[in-house]
Formats: sequence, C-alpha cells, structure tokens
Amino acid sequence: MRHIISILLENEAGALSRVSGLFSARGYNIETLTVAPTEDPSLSRMTIVTIGSEDVIEQITKHLNRLIEVVKVVDLSEGAHIERELMLVKVRATGKERDEMKRMAEIFRGRIIDVTDKTYTIELTGDVAKLDAFIEAIDRALILETVRTGVSGIGRGERVLKV
Amino acid sequence: MPAQQEFTGAEIVVKCLQEEGIEHVFGYPGGAVLYIYDALFNQDKVKHILVRHEQAAVHAADAYSRSSEKIGVALVTSGPGLTNAVTGIATAYMDSIPMVVLSGQVPTHAIGLDAFQECDTVGITRPIVKHNFLVKDVKDLAATIKKAFYIAKTGRPGPVLVDIPKDVTAKKTIFAYPADVDMRSYKPVVKGHTGQIKKAVQMILGAKRPMIYTGGGVILANASKELTQFVDKLGYPCTNTLMGLGAYKATDKKFVGMPGMHGTYEANHAMQNCDVLVAIGARFDDRVIGNPADFARHQRQIIHIDVDPSSISKRVKVDVPIVGDVKDVLIEMLKLIDADAAKPDAKALADWWKQIEEWRSKDCLQYDRKSDKIKPQFVVEKLWEITKGDAFVTSDVGQHQMWAAQFYKFDAPRRWINSGGLGTMGFGLPAAMGVQMVHPDATVACITGEASIQMCIQELSTCKQYRLPVKVLNLNNGYLGMVRQWQQIEYGSRYSESYVDALPDFVKLAEAYGHVGMQITKPSDVEGAIREAIKLKDRCVFMDFLTDPKENVWPMVQAGKGLTSMLLSSEEL
Ligand SMILES: Cc1ncc(C[n+]2csc(CCOP(=O)(O)OP(=O)(O)O)c2C)c(N)n1
Repeated sequence: MRHIISILLENEAGALSRVSGLFSARGYNIETLTVAPTEDPSLSRMTIVTIGSEDVIEQITKHLNRLIEVVKVVDLSEGAHIERELMLVKVRATGKERDEMKRMAEIFRGRIIDVTDKTYTIELTGDVAKLDAFIEAIDRALILETVRTGVSGIGRGERVLKV
Repeated sequence: MPAQQEFTGAEIVVKCLQEEGIEHVFGYPGGAVLYIYDALFNQDKVKHILVRHEQAAVHAADAYSRSSEKIGVALVTSGPGLTNAVTGIATAYMDSIPMVVLSGQVPTHAIGLDAFQECDTVGITRPIVKHNFLVKDVKDLAATIKKAFYIAKTGRPGPVLVDIPKDVTAKKTIFAYPADVDMRSYKPVVKGHTGQIKKAVQMILGAKRPMIYTGGGVILANASKELTQFVDKLGYPCTNTLMGLGAYKATDKKFVGMPGMHGTYEANHAMQNCDVLVAIGARFDDRVIGNPADFARHQRQIIHIDVDPSSISKRVKVDVPIVGDVKDVLIEMLKLIDADAAKPDAKALADWWKQIEEWRSKDCLQYDRKSDKIKPQFVVEKLWEITKGDAFVTSDVGQHQMWAAQFYKFDAPRRWINSGGLGTMGFGLPAAMGVQMVHPDATVACITGEASIQMCIQELSTCKQYRLPVKVLNLNNGYLGMVRQWQQIEYGSRYSESYVDALPDFVKLAEAYGHVGMQITKPSDVEGAIREAIKLKDRCVFMDFLTDPKENVWPMVQAGKGLTSMLLSSEEL
C-alpha cells in the first residue's frame, strides 16, 4: 500500500540524513521525499511517499518518532488529504507539434513558462496520477527533459500538523 | 560589574563532566583532543583511565554503565581514534546502554577538506548511536553535553556521541551548565496507559498457563525489585533472556532458566505452551523466539511492556501493548493486583507447574561430570560456588559465553555483563576493567575463550597500570568453539578455519604483563586454582583452563527451527 507520511522535524544540519539513513538501514522504500523549512524557520516539513504493508508502515512511523530531531509524524493516508507535485517538462515544439503541445498543456491546466523557437517548458501541478497522465498523453519522443519535485501533502479540512 | 570569567572549550568539557558527577573517563589521546587532555591534567575530580586501544575505552565505559547506575564516558581522538571506537559504540547501541562518547574532530575550518585524521564521525556513527552532535560553536558546547547525558539515560537508553572540533576546544566563552533539558522533539514516555494496564492485569490474573518473559529492559529500568515482587506475588514461572539475567533470582524455583537458542528445555516449552505470555523489557529477539512462524503458530495471548514503541509488534504480534517505563508499569500492576478480588487460579497453576517440573526433569543442562578432561561447565559452576554467586561476571562471545549464562546463577541485576546484541568478541576484558573501576572491592571475573581474549588482550597492560585485579578465566578449547560447533552440526564437520593454531603461552603472557598466570589441565585442580586466584585480592590473575576441545553447548535450537525442536546432546546429531 502507498502511504504519504508527513514529518515535522528540527531544521538542523544532518536531520535529513537521519531520516534517509533510517529508510535505507531498515530496508524501507522511498518513492519520493520532499523537504523545506516551514513558516517557523526552526522547523522543516518533510513528505515521504512510501510503499509497505500495514506492519511496515507502523514500524516506519515508530522509528521516525524515535529519531531525536523528529517532532511529529502523521500518516496522511489515514485520513482525507491533498497531495500535489510540481513537474517541469521541456518538450520539442516545432511545426504542427507546436500547437498540439500548447493544446495539451491547456487541457492539463499546465502553463508554458519558457519558450524558444524549438521548445516549450511546461509547468504542471497535480497529484501523481495527473502528472503521469500528461506524460502518457504526449509523444514520448518529444520529451527533452522532465523534473519532478516529489509529493507534498497536507491534511484536508481542520486537520493540521503543528507543534 | 566585573566581566564574567571565560573558559576554553576544553575546560568547559571537563567542567560539564564534573557537573554530571563523572568520576572516570576511559580514553586515548591524539592531536584533536590535546586541549581536552590539557584541561584534564589541570584538575583531579575526573580521573582518566588510559586504555591501550579505543575499542577498549568504549567497552570499559559501556560496562561501567551496565554494572552500575552511573554513566560511562569515553574520550577518543579524531579519525582512527574514532574508527577504533566504532565497534564499542555499536556494541553499546545494540544493548541500549547509556553512555557518552566524546570525540575530537579536526578544526571547523578544515572539516570537509580531507584534513589529517579527519573522518565524518557524525556520518559514520549515525546508525549506531541513539543520537550524535557536532559542536561548531563553543557557545553551544555545555548545552550540547547536557543534552547528550540526558538523551543517553532517558527513554530507551543508548550511546550518544559529541564530536568536538579542535578549535572549539581552544575558543573561550563563559560557562553555564543548564539545570535541565527541554526538547520539543524528545519527550520519552514514562507512564503506561491505564486502560491497557488494567486489561493486562485481568488477563494475567485469568491465565491458566502463564509465563513471564523478561529482558534487558528490566535491568536498564532498575526494575528488578518490582519484577521480583510481581513474580513472587503471582507464583508464576519466569524466564530471563541473556540480557535480562539477574533481574529475577536464578536460584529461585520459579526461575526456569534462559529461553532461546541455548535456553533450557523448560523455558522454551513454557514459552510455546503458555496461554498468557507477559513480555517485560524484552524484544522477541530472533535468538529468543526461534522460527517466528513456528512461534506464532502457538496460540497464546501476549502482553508486551516496553519503553520503546518500535520494539512492540516488530517480530511478533502482541495483544496488549503497553508503552511505558517498565518500573512504573510494574508498580501500577502490583497495585492493581493487590486491589483485585480475583486471584490466580490455584488449580490451573498447580497443573501448569507440574507440567513445567516434568520438562525440568529432563535436566537439559547435564554434562559429563566424570570426564578426565576439564569440562567448561564445571569451571563456571565452581566459580559460582566459590564466589557464592556474588561476583560480577563479564564474558566474550562464543560457547564460553553461553556456559557462563547457563551455569553462573545470577541472583542480582547488573552482575552479568555481556555483549548480547552485537556479539562482540573482545568485549570481556575491557568490560571487566570498567566494572572493576566502579566496584573496586568486588570480585570481577572475565569468562572468555582463547580466541576472544586475543581481540583485546593488550588491555592486560591497562589492568597493570591501574592495578585492576580482574580474574580472567580462559576456557581454552583450542577452537573458535562456537564456530566449530556450528560447523559440526550444520556444515558436515568441515572445520574451516576454526582451529586456533599457534596460541601464545598464556601463563608467560600474563607474567610478561606483570600479572599472575596459571595453567590448569586437570579437573581436580580447577577448584584450587580459582580459590587461589580469588585469594590474590589485589592481583590480576589469568587462569588458562585447558578444556575439552569437543564440548558443545546444549541445548541448542538450530537456526530456523522452532523453539521446542531442541538438540539436547551430541548423541542426537
Ligand atoms: C569480532 C567478532 N568476530 C567474529 C565473531 C564470530 N564468532 C562468534 S563466536 C566465535 C568463536 C569464539 O571463540 P572463543 O573466543 O575461543 O570462544 P569459544 O566459542 O571457543 O568458547 C566467533 C569467531 C564474533 N562474534 N565477533
């Protein structure tokens, strides 16, 4: 099962490697990992997408909590939540494909943020499925480069993760 | 107003140790820690013990903690000093031993430049410490050391390392040792959940075939007294793991021996056939439960009390998890048991004990007492008799460790000091030094093997320098005995590289280090030798017992087998 784990941790040098080290040492899987400071610069917020059985996820959250610099851990997938990922795609855009590419970007509610004679750079935000769908929808041969940030997640409604 | 007095980082390190009440530091100097050594030189509150290898400094500090309620401290230099310490740190980590390691580091401006004797200490030790710190500013030094001690000894204990660059030890600042620590990210639980505790007590009182299974957590939590009351009040059978020996009196009838791979027949059968298993400060280690699928096939309800939630339901599913300090939870349980009108089912309990006695009558720890060779078990038994069960016993890793655990009946906690989790050969002698430093007047015996002892034998020199009257009992079978035993049983008796050729003359070696050496070759000389060694109160004595080279540790549950498929003697092979 895919889980989205949100972590609030001290924004200290080395804290990230403690988390990633825990995953590699215990053989847990990381699909994506994102991290950045929060509105309180002494805290970082991390989102990890991982795959594992209920038992494994239970161990992951317990071990994360055991790390001294981790303040709070929640498994967002346990409740209603929103996930978003940002993708930048540079595509070849020449001839009749130039219009077609623009149309596709519009359908997916993407934005063209950089243009040359031969290329477009498209910015897309959405959940993983939407970004995957975009990649599927365009001609693979036209893709020059893709960059994805990995998933960031937040609970729906009043649910908050705060100190 | 006069300016506040400033101190160097090195002086601050020493002041912090003094504030913590630390009397002994085990260490080894080098470039990066010379300011700290200079600061040690200028005071006499903190005594430094100069070992001969950093691994030994850490083992000694570790055993200092294990055998007392104090905290062991080790001090090592950067680079090779730290890498030598790694085995010791991992050993302490696996057994959750509170300890503080201070390591020197190259100056902050040189970090990352492959400076002389630089290594990424925080990176190397990250997976084998409870936590570690790199102090980049002398102003953070005192508060960091305070945190290190706090983290090491609270919650599930463990080693904490503080890496201190050389320039930080030279810079000056004012000294203020924080009175307490408040970390938003670290709040260990103490109190167990009341509802869960109630539920557990109901289950315990309702049990027909109860079994109490306890581990190192009881010893770490200083909960031996509460455990004893708990077991005695209920009259239930109790087993202590390798890490938990001494938490309950081994000489009491209710003690059924150690469980697991080399556990007793009665302990393993009771583990499998009980209807309620109460696990206290134990972690269902793979060497305790045998094959997990086989373990799980046996129907029973499991209560698990542990301070670390990640130990619960890791290998074995439990019915009533209780996260909390073991001592605290036991006190709560004792109150509830007293208040409860329900009492244990006497009839069921009598039947259960009858069954256990039947298992016990197998006498699974029997060995050939008429042999003309020295049986290693006999040596341990004699040591127990002569010391009246009151010695501190350290061990290394191998057959001798198992015999020590099986045949020395520990009646008190913190007397049995061994590397259970990591299984570190070389632990025994430096550990004995650490124990002797905290308990200068006690008998400290190191039960070892001729292979293990050679992994840290240089420490005989430290024993001489500090007049540590450690008694070494070398159960010399000429083999990497435990390896030979596995090769005999699992690898068709192909003894690949398990014979230890070219052994030194241990008597001469002991003498060369300035100690008393003895070689004992006959069973009839065993008792006399041990008595004589113990009589030499202020001398370190090395007893080299030439034991039966082919003796095996029984019982044995082979790797991958269920707990009750036990081999009881060589005849079953
Ligand atoms: C540092 C280290 N290396 C290797 C091992 C694997 N090992 C476990 S027991 C053992 C043999 C120990 O021999 P000895 O000290 O003579 O004890 P005996 O088993 O003969 O009593 C070995 C090599 C270990 N536990 N630790």
